[in-house]
Amino acid sequence: MARAPETLDRPAEDALGPEPPGPFREFWHDYRQNRGAVAGLVFLLLLVAVALLADLVAPHAPDVQYRDAFLTPPVWQEGGSWRFPLGTDATGRDILSRIIFGSRYSLSIGFLVIVLSLLGGITIGLFAGFFRGWIDTLVMRLMDVLIAIPGLLLALVVVAIMGPGLFNAMFAIAIVYLPHFVRLTRAATLAELSRDYVTGSRVAGAGLARLMFVTVLPNCMPPLIVQATLSFSTAVLDMAALGFLGMGAQPPTPEWGTMLADAREFILRAWWVVTFPGMAILFTVLAINLVGDGLRDVLDPKLKRS
Amino acid sequence: MTAVPVVEARDLRRHYPVGGGAFGRRRILKAVDGASFTLDAGRTLAVVGESGCGKSTLARMVTMIEPPTSGELVIDGTPVATADREARRRLRRSVQIVFQDPYGSLNPRQKIETILAEPLLINTAMTAAERREAVAAMMRRVGLRPELARRYPHMFSGGQRQRIAVARALMLEPRLVVLDEPVSALDLSIQAQVLNLLEDLQTELGLAYLFISHDLSVVRYIADEIMVMYLGRPVEQGPREALFAEPLHPYTRALLAATPVADPRRRRRGGRAELRGETPSPIDPPAGCAFHPRCPLADARCRRERPHPLPRGERRVACHAVEEGRSR
Repeated sequence: MARAPETLDRPAEDALGPEPPGPFREFWHDYRQNRGAVAGLVFLLLLVAVALLADLVAPHAPDVQYRDAFLTPPVWQEGGSWRFPLGTDATGRDILSRIIFGSRYSLSIGFLVIVLSLLGGITIGLFAGFFRGWIDTLVMRLMDVLIAIPGLLLALVVVAIMGPGLFNAMFAIAIVYLPHFVRLTRAATLAELSRDYVTGSRVAGAGLARLMFVTVLPNCMPPLIVQATLSFSTAVLDMAALGFLGMGAQPPTPEWGTMLADAREFILRAWWVVTFPGMAILFTVLAINLVGDGLRDVLDPKLKRS
Repeated sequence: MTAVPVVEARDLRRHYPVGGGAFGRRRILKAVDGASFTLDAGRTLAVVGESGCGKSTLARMVTMIEPPTSGELVIDGTPVATADREARRRLRRSVQIVFQDPYGSLNPRQKIETILAEPLLINTAMTAAERREAVAAMMRRVGLRPELARRYPHMFSGGQRQRIAVARALMLEPRLVVLDEPVSALDLSIQAQVLNLLEDLQTELGLAYLFISHDLSVVRYIADEIMVMYLGRPVEQGPREALFAEPLHPYTRALLAATPVADPRRRRRGGRAELRGETPSPIDPPAGCAFHPRCPLADARCRRERPHPLPRGERRVACHAVEEGRSR
């Protein structure tokens, strides 16, 4: 059993009622070991702060066109000025402000997509795992079909059916990620169901809902949390891709992918119009992945059995 | 003791279909094939046998986790099979189980407090404060300090966890506790502690124990009656003293002979052959007496005809050799 780290922290058994380290403190202690994950978390928190305070932080409104400043280069290049630190785009909008406001969209999109597919995946996966039989077979084969279609293509199909737009695109991406969560939940559920504590609860008279959500689900969460974090970054990417293809957020929404799409004709003339939204996506995804890796190190039951 | 036995099992059977699928022939695994016993309050019935002999399946049937394929199970005077919803609920409360593995039997995400309070939360209308009170009382009763209830299972040792598992089983004040190899996973010194705890609780609360084990020294210590099982069938049943003093069935003798005796002054009854060969598969048991391929006393009748448990004094033995008096 690999439980050395906990035994080290364990308070002396004979001391009178010391509060054991809470699950959160223990978690933080382990998480801190991974420098990259901490850096990712810091970046992500900064990003959230910026998104929340966009109105105060951004130098300009995201959709105001300055007709005297089309395609102004960033401040350190000849012709740039502090008025537009990262330059302006072809219609004279400040790129820094658009990126700052765009973080609102990207973060909430990622978050909503994950919440949607996590909720759906957990429910479907739990039912499949608990009932087995034909329900299980039906659900799992359906998920196999969904997995077999390339993600972006599937999202495009869903958007094509429902019509382009921010919410529809989110829904489409949520459907793309659904099978992963269903599979994970089902697999974890099956593993937990064979353990004695579940039988014990059943003998104590626990009903189905209690067994599902109180007894089994918390024990299935670690892999799901990791998968959710990692999918968060891909969701941001996919959303950008849909935006780039004109199927996601519609202009003038300052969504990062849509910004890229608008700027693609200037890629040779004005590199900053493409580069900065691209870098925003890059760093956000990188930070989220680092956090996801850190979470996996701490939570994955195969690496550490709680 | 009470007039009505806590459990009465008549000819319990549990068969599983195995294989099948697209190719293989569908076969029947007879995990338990005809077990009968009665158990009174305050008494301990030990079920003994090698792995795969159906001990745990029997435990699961008595705990109402699995329904028997056939046979009758009467708990507290109520037949389980025909009980309605309400009666079933009541019966569930009166039978609880303690598992072998103290690491898998406690929910790793719940505090001890939550684990112990869960049966009360589900089955009673107690308030949170009353539940906390009951949890503290039970912790003290199984020899743990109540403050420890705020901790998670992984902070405890195997023996402490097994105490917690016992505590959880007792929260609903059951009449019968099924102990499925409760001490096999523990160190020898801890085994003794847990066994003593179980004995004390039995005297205090008048519990009936169905004690599943493969360890005869443990059984000798705790059991009042013993049922020896082989391939899903009881081969010998009787009071502990008689069974240990003079085992009748050749399988019981072999089991006893295989148990190390720690007392050099006590000599074993000599001239007994140790068991040879493997346990046959319960999917495809030998014809006649299931034990005949390994039995030193087997003859033509044993290979042909299946022996039934016949009363012999206070005991029941299923053996042609014993019945015919060839066993000396």
